[in-house]
Amino acid sequence: MTTTQAVDDDVIHGEWHVRYTYSVGKVAGTFFAALREGRILASRCSDSGLVYLPPRAYCERSFQPCDGWVEAGLAGEIEAATIVTAAFEHLPPPPYAIAYVRLDGVSTAMVNFVRGLALSDVPAAAARLRPGTRVNVVFGAQRAGRITDFHYELA
Amino acid sequence: MTQRNVAVVGVGQLPYRTHHADRTYVELAQDATLAALRHAGLAPDDVDAVVFSLAPTQFMGVNDADKWAVDAVWAQGKPFMRVSTGGATGGSAFQAAYQHIASGMFRCVLVVGADRVAETPDAQHVLNLIWDRFYEHDFALNTVTMTALAAQRYMHRYGVTEEQFARVVVRARRNAAGNPNAHLRKPVTVAEVMDSPRVSWPFKRFDICPRSSGAAAMVLCAGDMVARTRCTRPAWVRGASGISHSVFMGDRMTYWSDSEFADHDGFHHAAWAAYRQAGIVDPLRQIQVAEIYDPFSSFQFPQLESLGFCGRGAAAAISDAGGFDLDGGMLAVNPSGGTLCANPIGVTGLVRAADAALQIMGEAGANQVSNVHAAVATAIGGSTQFFTCTVLGDDHA
Repeated sequence: MTTTQAVDDDVIHGEWHVRYTYSVGKVAGTFFAALREGRILASRCSDSGLVYLPPRAYCERSFQPCDGWVEAGLAGEIEAATIVTAAFEHLPPPPYAIAYVRLDGVSTAMVNFVRGLALSDVPAAAARLRPGTRVNVVFGAQRAGRITDFHYELA
Repeated sequence: MTQRNVAVVGVGQLPYRTHHADRTYVELAQDATLAALRHAGLAPDDVDAVVFSLAPTQFMGVNDADKWAVDAVWAQGKPFMRVSTGGATGGSAFQAAYQHIASGMFRCVLVVGADRVAETPDAQHVLNLIWDRFYEHDFALNTVTMTALAAQRYMHRYGVTEEQFARVVVRARRNAAGNPNAHLRKPVTVAEVMDSPRVSWPFKRFDICPRSSGAAAMVLCAGDMVARTRCTRPAWVRGASGISHSVFMGDRMTYWSDSEFADHDGFHHAAWAAYRQAGIVDPLRQIQVAEIYDPFSSFQFPQLESLGFCGRGAAAAISDAGGFDLDGGMLAVNPSGGTLCANPIGVTGLVRAADAALQIMGEAGANQVSNVHAAVATAIGGSTQFFTCTVLGDDHA
């Protein structure tokens, strides 16, 4: 009797290549246009008094439209941070630091890279990124109207 | 509102491993279904509806694979729904199955799913793609870095150390050694955790769950059908609740926030809603087992605090003193070894409910806790955003 032997390590290879164009819309469009000018615009709701970054069309607390734009301070405080020392596929080569920072005059925190900090001693670098630490916003020379136009540096 | 009593009468799991090379994705789901039906002593025709537990499909690589699975889980001719809330998927799917029956719409429901997280080497890339393209995607957020941010904030708030997180891993591995389904079953020491390669502060490699393949299924039925099954000691669903938070983590960590990112405080709301249904007023006295969602070593402390087992910032010291150990602790936390020792993402929340149910049924094998009358099972998904909490008990109201 002949039987077909199952091959346990047989696999079929596959990859997905999918392209997108994401519509930016009015709110993010206003924010991105200001980034080109080196300004960070936050949306404000006069009903709740909350100032949002990233900006929103509606206040998620009062359920009223955000009815104004406020220029955020170009400095703020770290609320949470980490230092990445392992390589992840399709993500930046390590090491790098990221932090959520609440910019002055804003009610919420926004994530970006923290640059200009020695990262070879991870616990020492982590000690310099504790919540409450002051940072500045630093814009690059070339601005494309994208969130990557700026990063944070320790004040 | 009149609600029917709902019981878990069957549990089926396949061992969690990096790969299951001998079976396809749908065959995994099928084998878990068969195991759960056999456990309950029921046949596919006894099932009125199927809930399918499936998170991002990019891990296993067939888009919206729920449609592929319909035949394999004997859902043809029956209502079928897929549930997805990221890491909380299995918790939400279990609650959907419960609600199907509690509402009176169905008498017997199968909840099942599978995952193969290691089918792609790009799993953390897939998880990076859950962030919006406009504001957050560019900053290397994924489940590891997202939870590292929360852990760093938690450490700062409560003075918790890396070594205290490492002791959670040691306990998890010790428990997993007694669970044949667990993926990582080799004991580790605090020193080995501390010496494993750094990934994202404060996490080292051993602070992080494995990428697992496997499947889980549960059969739930109305109280008046239990006698038809072979289950003599069902796990009754005593309470179930879920809550969603803003996708923006940065909204949950400032003076103006109405929730606290580091505290997993969604569980405070979800748990107390579930506890109210279950008649639980003193969780530590009334609950003996917690099967909580902990893919990272930092997840247990804020979660146990939010679930009301101790005060804010108190869990680490209790952990150090053995209070959450399998034997002799004040609460057995993840006697299965938990998510740190197996994370088939699309069913992980279901595994928590399954392992909690087995504890109630008295069928948890080597890791059975004595005198279990109530157990709590949790799951978390999205940007630490979806929280589900389910209370199982050995009696109905």
